[in-house]
Amino acid sequence: MAKIVRELPGLALTPEDISQRKVLSTSWVPKAEYAWDAGIAMGRYLEELRNGRLMGVRHRRCGRTVIPPRIFCEQCFAPMDEWGELPDTGTVNTFSICYVSWDVKRLEVPEIPAVIEIDGTSPRVGILHKLGEVDPQQVKVGMPVKAVWKPAEERNGAITDILYFQPI
Amino acid sequence: MAFRRTGLRRVAVVGAGMTKFVRRAQETAQELAFHASRLALDSCGLRIQDIGAVCLGTAPDAFDGVHMNGEYLSDGAGAYGKPFMRAYVGGGTGVFSVIQGWYHVASGLFDAVLVVCEEKMSSCLPHPQAAFLTIFDHTTERPLKPNLLWIFALEMNRYMQKYGLSKKDIARVAVKNKRNAMDHPAAQLAAEITVEDVLNSEVLAWPVQRLDVSPTSDGAVAVILASEDAAKRITDKPVWIKSVGWCLDSAYWTNRDLSYPEYVERAARMAYEMAGIKEPRKEIHIVEPYDPFDYKELHHLEGLLLAPKGEAPRLLAEGVFDRDGDLPATPSGGLLGVGNPIAAAGLMKVAELFWQLRGEAGKRQVPGNPRTGLAQAWGDLMQVGTVAILGV
Repeated sequence: MAKIVRELPGLALTPEDISQRKVLSTSWVPKAEYAWDAGIAMGRYLEELRNGRLMGVRHRRCGRTVIPPRIFCEQCFAPMDEWGELPDTGTVNTFSICYVSWDVKRLEVPEIPAVIEIDGTSPRVGILHKLGEVDPQQVKVGMPVKAVWKPAEERNGAITDILYFQPI
Repeated sequence: MAFRRTGLRRVAVVGAGMTKFVRRAQETAQELAFHASRLALDSCGLRIQDIGAVCLGTAPDAFDGVHMNGEYLSDGAGAYGKPFMRAYVGGGTGVFSVIQGWYHVASGLFDAVLVVCEEKMSSCLPHPQAAFLTIFDHTTERPLKPNLLWIFALEMNRYMQKYGLSKKDIARVAVKNKRNAMDHPAAQLAAEITVEDVLNSEVLAWPVQRLDVSPTSDGAVAVILASEDAAKRITDKPVWIKSVGWCLDSAYWTNRDLSYPEYVERAARMAYEMAGIKEPRKEIHIVEPYDPFDYKELHHLEGLLLAPKGEAPRLLAEGVFDRDGDLPATPSGGLLGVGNPIAAAGLMKVAELFWQLRGEAGKRQVPGNPRTGLAQAWGDLMQVGTVAILGV
């Protein structure tokens, strides 16, 4: 490559080049709103979250029980066979101690996102949620946890009806 | 695995070009694409009139705030009046674009194809990270306000736990790649750093720290693909695309084994089978695995069957993956060192193999006349593996 071009194109700008308008730019703030239908499987999942229950689905041919629910088994590509209530307990498959918000702001108190394998499902099947009421330094992979629910009257059929999972 | 092995034409890479990778470029997306494309054409003495079709790769429209960004970029990518197609499989796009260009030529439809990958991440303010929120499931995940770092941190921690690895074992990737990038004229984050520097850098989402992560970048890369007859007219040093492979895992990522990229293995097995490679660890001489995070390089080396499961960190510590080691990995400097303009970063890996296999990589040249190289990229919701094997 060195034989072909000595200096590659691409002019690097500094933040000051922009803020002092040494180079010009235009900006725009989008405003976009969406309302997503929960659908058949997720609709029932959310309904049951409102009732304080975690639901899974099972496919008999492959024997998998999975959460979050879906109307089809994506591996067999056939309709799921049955619904069942799962316990609201599980184990920590993996976790992070996160000091950055979704929009890259520094967090003083870290969040602890985790993949939680829900009891009663097939191996390694989990959901994304957060851990709470625990010292971040004490969190371990394999730790048993249980859902902490919002009070029944405050639940509105959302994944956030579970506030977080707490070690047991 | 069922894919066609006969009746396909041989396809060669005959030219390559790229811009610098920088945090914010003064050039627009089209201007970057134009520079990379012109350099690629000039490198092999072709004119745009010689190009039959253009394949473009660029990542989410949300970075640019431009809907149908591919069409917006097309003029800068040399696509005026030509068959044009945009590929998008997230971070896997760079290598997938080459796969797409390959089947345009292998099928017999076109004799010369321009493959261009461009990314301008800096337009998205305050940080392109926020645009990634929309990759998470809107019903079950987005209400938790996830950060893109979460999925990497969760996967890295699972990988470390499964094999009892330390942060130190993994940090050596960042040290190696940023050092390799010192010799790359396009590099954004080339540096001589130590394992201690990585371990002492800011904690973002433990176990991920600042120096475990590649930067956001602007940049463009282009390569020219040609059929066997055309390649032999264009150059006396064609680099053949021996095979390709790609595979998509389930989007239910919390139902997967996060310690091992099964989909990368499937993509690699497809490519090895197509190339007739029986013993990848002996037959691959250089590898450019996708390294947006340091642990991902190790993860991918294992998925590519170039290291036993859980043992890539040991091989790394032994120097196997150094530029002068038994299996040089990321001699370019990779995403961690050269930079990560997403789609362009993947294509940069293919361009690196092109230069390495022709013996034109300058100070980055891997010793021992390497004859076969593998480039791999990864992306979507941690679920796609894209592989191309090149050889001379």
